[in-house]
Amino acid sequence: MNAHNSVSRRALLTGGLATGFLLAFHLPLRAAANEPVQRDVTDGKFAPNAFIRIDETGRTILMMPQVEMGQGTYTSISAVIAEELDADWSKVEVQHAPPNDKLYGNPTFGLQVTGNSNSIRAWWLPLRKAGATARAMLVQAAASQWGVEPASCTASKGVVAHAASGRKLGYGELAPAAQGQTPPKDVAIKDPKDFVLIGQPLKRLDTPDKVNGKALYGIDAILPGMKIAAIANCPVFGGKVGKVDDSAATKIAGVRKVVVLDDAVAVIGDHMWAAKKGLEALKIEWNEGPNAEITTKDIWDDLRKASEKDGAVAKSDGDIAKALASGDKFEAAYELPFLAHASMEPINATVHVRPDACEIWTGTQIMTRVQSEAAKAAGLPAEKVIVNQHLLGGGFGRKLEPDMVVAAVKIAKQVDYPVKVVWTREEDIQHDVYRPVYRDQITASLVDGKVAGWKYKVAGSAVLARWLPPAFQKGIDIDAIDAAVDAPYDFANFHVEYVRAEPPAVPTGFWRGVGPNNNVFAVECAMDELARKAGKDPIEFRKSMLTKNPRMLAVLNQVAEKSGWGQPLPPRVGRGVCVQPSFASFIATVVEAEIDDIGEITLRRITSVVDTGIAVNPDTVKAQIEGGLIFGLTAALYGEITIDKGRVQQSNFHNYRMMRINETPKIEVIVVKSGEAPGGIGEAGVNAGPPALRNAIYAATGVALRRLPIDRKLLAAGKKA
Amino acid sequence: MHMATTLTINGETKSFDAPPEMPLLWVLRDILGMTGTKFGCGIAQCGACTVHVDGKAVRSCVLPVSAVANRTVTTIEHVGSTPAGAKVQKAWLEAEVIQCGYCQSGQIMAAAALLAATPNPDDSDIDAAMAGNICRCGTYVRIREAIKHAANGQS
Ligand code: FES
Ligand code: FES
Repeated sequence: MNAHNSVSRRALLTGGLATGFLLAFHLPLRAAANEPVQRDVTDGKFAPNAFIRIDETGRTILMMPQVEMGQGTYTSISAVIAEELDADWSKVEVQHAPPNDKLYGNPTFGLQVTGNSNSIRAWWLPLRKAGATARAMLVQAAASQWGVEPASCTASKGVVAHAASGRKLGYGELAPAAQGQTPPKDVAIKDPKDFVLIGQPLKRLDTPDKVNGKALYGIDAILPGMKIAAIANCPVFGGKVGKVDDSAATKIAGVRKVVVLDDAVAVIGDHMWAAKKGLEALKIEWNEGPNAEITTKDIWDDLRKASEKDGAVAKSDGDIAKALASGDKFEAAYELPFLAHASMEPINATVHVRPDACEIWTGTQIMTRVQSEAAKAAGLPAEKVIVNQHLLGGGFGRKLEPDMVVAAVKIAKQVDYPVKVVWTREEDIQHDVYRPVYRDQITASLVDGKVAGWKYKVAGSAVLARWLPPAFQKGIDIDAIDAAVDAPYDFANFHVEYVRAEPPAVPTGFWRGVGPNNNVFAVECAMDELARKAGKDPIEFRKSMLTKNPRMLAVLNQVAEKSGWGQPLPPRVGRGVCVQPSFASFIATVVEAEIDDIGEITLRRITSVVDTGIAVNPDTVKAQIEGGLIFGLTAALYGEITIDKGRVQQSNFHNYRMMRINETPKIEVIVVKSGEAPGGIGEAGVNAGPPALRNAIYAATGVALRRLPIDRKLLAAGKKA
Repeated sequence: MHMATTLTINGETKSFDAPPEMPLLWVLRDILGMTGTKFGCGIAQCGACTVHVDGKAVRSCVLPVSAVANRTVTTIEHVGSTPAGAKVQKAWLEAEVIQCGYCQSGQIMAAAALLAATPNPDDSDIDAAMAGNICRCGTYVRIREAIKHAANGQS
């Protein structure tokens, strides 16, 4: 460790964190140092590792390696650390970690990324050990002060006690001495039966400031001298700016500057209103480029053709050719549209480019990539880029991309004051990185009422190949086929293929629920159609092939009971089931829906039984399933981005619709007790809604929909598949 | 040059320069620095920008600032000082309604206006008052529960 590092670390604690401490959510964390902060030795502070800081008053600051975008991770991650630390929960505060892959990189990806429902899965053991190590050092400090064996001391709620002598010391009093202790090599972690915080529905740490307007999202950044910019990206994907006539725009009061980039134009103003007015007053000629004629139909023609090719084999068990040659044959193709993320907080980034540094204020799921991409755009080394992480007003995968920050840096480079670039909802929807179109083909054979052969071919974008190239191996996108290879059923002859098919022009990315969205939909739709072909009840049919999957079988049995499965229903009302193994959670869901004579759909009731292993916060698990279901059902009912003349046709919530409260049914989520390691939950509910609803419609009307969003015209009374 | 506009916001008188047609939303956020009121759509479709004008819930993204001169504006920063607003905030935390929270300023403003006008709303009152507020995180089940909880007077 050199002197420079320790100076920086001190600066982090005094200049950066110290102010952040006082105002946990009121001030964005200033990530003043990018150097490792592993063993802080600042006066009176106990900083045993990158995640824990305890000061002399016992105040316990936990550094969050994962970002808070509504999924409750600040509270769950804190509970995991505090559990093993035996911290006083009432003294716990959270701070966002600065960008640093080495210290805060998600162990699964080696990157400081929040996604794939794996914050808890990836950090479960490392953070428990971090907490337990810190606890052991505090106990050692107390034991040596008292001259007793550490093993004769206990710790609970931020206090170390020695029962034999009745002595006690708080963590704050022990902090300076604990800092000098040697961390134990192999620290023991708790037996889950001794958990006092994990498994409790602890109140969320981030919500009190979200009821009074104090919580700060990226879009709320305000800096001295800051101006606001509105942006127009080239409406055609891949197009460039041609000519810009700004004579009218610059006359508008409050307009400060027009910035012309390669593929976008921005107007900087005193406020968003001036910036927007200025943008409207510009006359922009775009060089639309080669994509100016592309339509959704072209994209689907291409994808359908590509999907007929043989794919790369992701998994093959048994003899698929032989199995498909016998029995009763079934074949179907399921098609899923482009989707926008539409987080409630529109895309934004605030940037101040100074001669020697670039400072960014935003809410991102990928801090270190934002830092490195911003550095390239600013022409500065990464360590000169400061990223101030904010709360996210929804992420859903859109904020796994750095594009909005890069554009904001390019705009801010042209002025010497800070600029907040705010995308209108229209820009947000029309310049997204879209959930790809997928075409999933399933070919199966039935023998004796069971699936004898199952061949599943996924065709669509390889998002991972772009986003994390080393993860794309042998032509297989492990995200696109995630829940295809993980199908929960015992299929003796089982074969999964993947065809990479990139849509022309339209950028594609991760969307909440990721690959399993297409897989769970195709598998569960096909299972319902196969059940009908076999003349079996959909749940009984599934159960007969879940004999080797006790956790899945248990949630399916329970959802049958809780949802009233099998009880009589009025005409054109149906129940549909979905079974899913996504993100290492086991979930069974039943949707009950009514379809009126013109094909309109009313959701009546949803029941979901969830085995996610140890539920760190069972109330958060419930909330994530409730919200995830609505997110997925919104897509099934309304979600589709279409392209004409190389442009997105939807623009705002009037034509890219969201479910609303009046459409939301009663939702019952049952979280089963389990001692297994925690599974992922933030995205799982999204996967469940569409197939369960589609299967309810199938039960109610007999129409086997094979495409989303749901086409009401196919459901009018009198129509049959 | 614009005329100075004077508004009563959260019980305080504020004077500022703004074009008369400028929506109240941007006055609050970009001129007065009150960022609790959120921008979601700009076209009265999502309710993120909901404030109270003379106690009624309105969409500030389409409300010209000239239309509220001499009226009383209350925002999320101050709604806790009204009886209905305080009840709603408390119920929201008890039911743990909030996920990302971005829509929740608007949801709380809409719910507080509902309870002030209709102290015991039924499901259809709740639908009518709240259907203009989108929550992308899907917190609707808990919003309904929390409004009923707040209405039951456990404040
Ligand atoms: S921002 Fe005003 S209703 Fe959406
Ligand atoms: S809580 Fe995230 S949009 Fe409502």
